[in-house]
Amino acid sequence: MPMDEVALDHHDAHDHKPGFFKRWLFSTNHKDIGTLYLIFALIAGIVGYTLSGLIRWELAEPGIGVLTQFVAGEGDVAIQNAKHFYNAVITYHGLIMIFFMVMPALIGGFGNWFVPLMIGAPDMAFPRMNNISFWLTAAAFVLACVSMMVPGGSAGNGFAGGWVLYPPLSSTTGHPGPAMDVLILSLHTAGIASILGAINFIVTILNMRAPGMTLHKMPLFAWGVLVTAVLLLLSLPVLAAALTMLLTDRNFGSQFFNPAGGGDPVMFQHLFWFFGHPEVYIMILPAFGIISHIVSTFSKKPIFGYLGMAYAMVSIGVIGFVVWAHHMYTVGMNVDLKAYFVAATMVIAVPTGIKIFSWIATMWGGSIEFKVPMLWAIGFIFLFTVGGVTGVVLANAGIDHALHDTYYVVAHFHYVLSLGAVFGLFAGWYYWFEKMFGIKYNGFIGGLHFWLMFIGSNVLFFPQHFLGLQGMPRRYIDYADGFATWHHVSSIGYAITLVATLVFFVGLAEALIRRRKGVANPWGEGATTLEWTLSSPPPFHQYNELPHVTAKGGH
Amino acid sequence: MRHLIAAMCAAILAGPALAEQPQNGALGMQPAATRIAERIHQFHGFVLVIITIITIFVLGLLLWVIIRHNKKANPQPRKFSHNTLVEVVWTVVPALILVAIASQSFPNLFYQDVVPNLEQITSKGKQLQADGKTAAYNRYTKNYFPEAAEKGFVNIKAQGNQWNWTYTYPDIVDDAGYPLEFVSNPLQVGLSTDSKVGPRNLAVDYPMVIPVGRYVRYYTAAADVIHSWTVPAFGVKTDAIPGRLNEGWFLVDRPGVYYGQCSELCGVNHAYMPIEVRVVSEEEYARWAELMLAGDYDAAAASVRQVASTEQATKFAAKQ
Repeated sequence: MPMDEVALDHHDAHDHKPGFFKRWLFSTNHKDIGTLYLIFALIAGIVGYTLSGLIRWELAEPGIGVLTQFVAGEGDVAIQNAKHFYNAVITYHGLIMIFFMVMPALIGGFGNWFVPLMIGAPDMAFPRMNNISFWLTAAAFVLACVSMMVPGGSAGNGFAGGWVLYPPLSSTTGHPGPAMDVLILSLHTAGIASILGAINFIVTILNMRAPGMTLHKMPLFAWGVLVTAVLLLLSLPVLAAALTMLLTDRNFGSQFFNPAGGGDPVMFQHLFWFFGHPEVYIMILPAFGIISHIVSTFSKKPIFGYLGMAYAMVSIGVIGFVVWAHHMYTVGMNVDLKAYFVAATMVIAVPTGIKIFSWIATMWGGSIEFKVPMLWAIGFIFLFTVGGVTGVVLANAGIDHALHDTYYVVAHFHYVLSLGAVFGLFAGWYYWFEKMFGIKYNGFIGGLHFWLMFIGSNVLFFPQHFLGLQGMPRRYIDYADGFATWHHVSSIGYAITLVATLVFFVGLAEALIRRRKGVANPWGEGATTLEWTLSSPPPFHQYNELPHVTAKGGH
Repeated sequence: MRHLIAAMCAAILAGPALAEQPQNGALGMQPAATRIAERIHQFHGFVLVIITIITIFVLGLLLWVIIRHNKKANPQPRKFSHNTLVEVVWTVVPALILVAIASQSFPNLFYQDVVPNLEQITSKGKQLQADGKTAAYNRYTKNYFPEAAEKGFVNIKAQGNQWNWTYTYPDIVDDAGYPLEFVSNPLQVGLSTDSKVGPRNLAVDYPMVIPVGRYVRYYTAAADVIHSWTVPAFGVKTDAIPGRLNEGWFLVDRPGVYYGQCSELCGVNHAYMPIEVRVVSEEEYARWAELMLAGDYDAAAASVRQVASTEQATKFAAKQ
């Protein structure tokens, strides 16, 4: 990381840093670990994004003609292998993007970097555990990649049963090979890493806030990470339980999910979604926090309805635990149970609406500057609204019976995650880039990145609503000819996002080469949180004297 | 019934059979063939209007602040950060909108999800007619079908296998008492040996056949992994899960060919286990059943291959 080293030259003499190996392999510094997480997420993101490229490439035209190049065999053998490969590609695309891109970037990267800075803490509460969390995440990613390359089912390598891992497809019935076992190990490892990270964040936020910073004065990003950490702590053990049961089913003859032995495959789905639904909020809540700061900064106004914003996140987190079965409306559950999940799910729209309107109210009467982070934030607000309202549609079991497992669902969750969480991610990247690395990015390239991504991802995902309404099922390598038009358009959208992604890396390289020296606070009066009081990049150890937060400070 | 046959003859002469399958460039759902799907369409249309208004409203607000509250137009930012009234409004109004959606959602859900009690429907229909409440009877027949209810259910079990469907008709039994059971294989599986017959990736060798205008109760089960049985034009989708027997119902009110595709990832050939349902007249259904029981599957399939339909050729149109 030469950029940090050069930038750190300007710091005080007492700001001594360890040598390369000690600093980057045994890091206990929250900023270094945050940087490691961001680099890790970039690498995993490239892998996950490449996999999605394979999906869109294959689906650009009807028939199977692309993935056959990547698998063994000729002719029909290759086609048969390509079918398995496609299912593996969608599976690992989902898992990698969730566990190794969005979560490490938003929580591990920005959370590690800015939670201590924002709450006025010198570091995380458990720096060494922080290091373990990171390297376990990296190990989990390696295991996931290994899992892709060892035998899965009869038709090829890797687990090809979707990121939801439903048995019996994920048990020995569907995937007798070791790929699934390695994947379970990978997810267990990632889960342990996340639980340790969550404990670290909770303890840090509850115990290490600067004097005077009450919870009700704490920046919203810290609130977002706190709620996220609680969700992680409560939901991941349930995933771990389900995975362990699956593991013993596969290897030690237990029958938890095997109906022939008195088990029930649907029980796995309940356990999985009890984790899986909070998981989607885990991915979006830190982004909510980031967007709040950006909107406030570039409107030069305090956040509107701060307490409402904080407790909206808390209530989204709480309700997020009691809506899981809306992912399972078609499994044949009782109609009264469905009615309950319909009602509970729709309730989430209320706190989400509060957040959307509060962001707009923050901008209202402001003096908005359309710097790159603000472009991403405004894009986020609009696209998250689109993804949110289709969520209300899907919440209704009556409609979901038609749309379940179709591309409508794919469009919905990519609007809230790919165009929501990832837009929040890029917003945070550009917002804190100068703070983290001490150099400025090129505003024109950043703006170009935004516009290309905004157009590309909408062209990519909006037509998928139409496909879903027409009945196009998910996880199909090939489709009826009537779906060809919108699939083709969708793939063109991917090509545009590919250009956008290249522009992103060009921008990153340009900033690293030009090394325009950053300033402590490039955003001016609107940037009021504590990280802007420090140099850019911040000293290796900050807050040797704790900042005091007065009644005016905070938000 | 004479009208029905006449209409069907006309339809045969008029042209090819009606087939509900995905259309290129379509924006919405496939045309509804059941009251369930029709109600889904109405409800979805209602929600679509609401969410479109909300999205345009949010977009409008965003454009407004972008135009009116930017650095040029408004150099001096205001400093307010609270307004209790608007906060109450934007909490209460969305809640009311959700109540409005729920008021449509629940009746819809219970209508499609609860297998109807046919005796009750028959007796209620008779009651309404006996009382001379024609308007109420007509309203009732829109959602429930007393005439069809009198004939009872047509029962069918769809079992998902890797990678085809096994259909069982417990009502159609042979002399030894065994029910009609056959496997419905895809005609195309993406390989060079694929048949060129039928719409690609949708056609099967032996389709599921049901009589028009009859209550159908279907069950789903699975032999190996989870599958999901669906026909978009019917508005139904039910997972087929090992160790479970799920159920659902529908009533198709116009003859035709309807296609669906397995909707739960089930392995290598997940994209190649289509569902083809041919909805035919009671007479054709009886003939098909006879041929199937006799073991002449190809003749049976051929007998329903030419399915006739027009908009008029429904049981309900013929009633008038």
